[in-house]
Amino acid sequence: MHPFLDITKLSIAFPKSPLPVLREVDLKIERGEYVAVIGHSGCGKSTLLNVVAGLLPATAGGVLLEGREISGPGPDRAVVFQNHSLLPWLTCYENVKLAVDQTLKGEMNKQQRHDWVLENLALVHMTAAKDKRPNEISGGMKQRIGIARALAMRPKVLLLDEPFGALDALTRAHLQDQVMEIHARLKTTVIMITHDVDEAVLLSDRIVMLTNGPNATVGEILTVDLERPRDRLKLAADPRFVAARTAVLEFLHSRHANPALQAA
Amino acid sequence: MNAVSTKPAAAPAVVSRPVLAALPKPSRIVPIIAQVVPPLMVLALLGLGWEYLASGPNATLPPPSKVWVDARDLIVDPFFDRGGLDKGLFWHLLASLQRVALGFALSAVVGVALGMLIGSSPFCMRGLDPIFQVLRTVPPLAWLPLSLAAFREAQPSAIFVIFITAIWPIIINTAVGVLNVPQDYRNVAAVIRLRGLAFFWKIVLPAAAPYIFTGLKIGIGLSWLAIIAAEMLIGGVGIGFFIWDAWNSSNLSDIIVALIYVGLVGFMLDKVVALAGRIATRGTQAS
Repeated sequence: MHPFLDITKLSIAFPKSPLPVLREVDLKIERGEYVAVIGHSGCGKSTLLNVVAGLLPATAGGVLLEGREISGPGPDRAVVFQNHSLLPWLTCYENVKLAVDQTLKGEMNKQQRHDWVLENLALVHMTAAKDKRPNEISGGMKQRIGIARALAMRPKVLLLDEPFGALDALTRAHLQDQVMEIHARLKTTVIMITHDVDEAVLLSDRIVMLTNGPNATVGEILTVDLERPRDRLKLAADPRFVAARTAVLEFLHSRHANPALQAA
Repeated sequence: MNAVSTKPAAAPAVVSRPVLAALPKPSRIVPIIAQVVPPLMVLALLGLGWEYLASGPNATLPPPSKVWVDARDLIVDPFFDRGGLDKGLFWHLLASLQRVALGFALSAVVGVALGMLIGSSPFCMRGLDPIFQVLRTVPPLAWLPLSLAAFREAQPSAIFVIFITAIWPIIINTAVGVLNVPQDYRNVAAVIRLRGLAFFWKIVLPAAAPYIFTGLKIGIGLSWLAIIAAEMLIGGVGIGFFIWDAWNSSNLSDIIVALIYVGLVGFMLDKVVALAGRIATRGTQAS
């Protein structure tokens, strides 16, 4: 039995740099799992995600999804980009509709696609703003449309590239709760890139910690043993939450402290 | 689940609020006056200066008062038509505008298509860009003898001059716009597998639209500059030849009136293209 998503001996090198960004990354992810990838900036977190998305080619090794090799981007691995990447000339509805029309044309008729767009906008509570353009809504709302667009493609894996990185703390907490809710409902497999320790512990089943780049690889994988649904207020004082948080912090700041900061 | 719902509801606030005094309504007329008055004042001053400078016994150009007396027919009635070239300014401007419309429309279509091509194909970019960079520096009128030789008629030659003048900024700006389509949009298109013509139509064209309209705006301005000069040489009905004809019959006042009209129409053309651009690209700026 293959794992759902299987990353094997994955190395990525860019033409101009002597050392590979990532070296022999191994990671197996089960269906429905929520996995966070954490590490210092420059360790190649986003590169890893882009390879899984198919936007970058692997230099060596490869990624299997349901036993099939990934070669190129596709809607089965929908990405929520860090900077939302909504098309500014389309309304929120049209942004989601473009993705739905493009990816589900064979499976749904026109009316069904329209309803499906509305359903996904409702899922992220954006029905009211569906006819607004991206520059008329806040950063958090844009990111929610980005999530709706990704979910509307019915992906096998949802890839989140630091989705809340550019948001203020309150908006971020609110969106984290919504993502947890959606994950509980749809049981989507999620890979989330983040540099926020609390976010990683709160949301994930497992946390993959990368060592510092270049030549970064998986340093440690922590299983977060907390039952769902999770409540950020109750968890704040939970010893298991604190222990997980400490473990990640210890990895990031003691064993693999940011080289840039150490040199300073 | 939700962090907010676990808190007890706050007691309803019973603090009485002081009644706010109504703010005075901002006037709508004052800003308009502030916009309109300065140019009018400057215009009046310039007119007075001109009147003073051109009133001396040795003045070579007519003062505004003389222009008014000489060219009164021309100013008051732009629509008269006494046959031949003896028409009101409206008809001359219309003839020039028709040439510009045709030449510019052609260059817009061809220019955007060529710009898209060289913007999206590195081979075409390398092959065509150096040629375009050289050709675009050729002054519009330098094309006129060649095009007269090729078309053997005034009308298509003038249209060709417009076309060749306006096309370079359109090609170059379109190509830059295509090259500058953000990688983010390309990624989105890749994930939803938007390719080929659909990718062009739904992503590249809207993303490059602000650049394209910059090119069109520069292009229409150059067309208007070129048509006046071209018409001076080819003759016939048209504001350019009207000016040349007036010079040959020493009607300096007519020339001054025509120049004012040429300026106003050029300004209007610029605004029309800018407006079209604003309508077509609404939302694409700033995200």
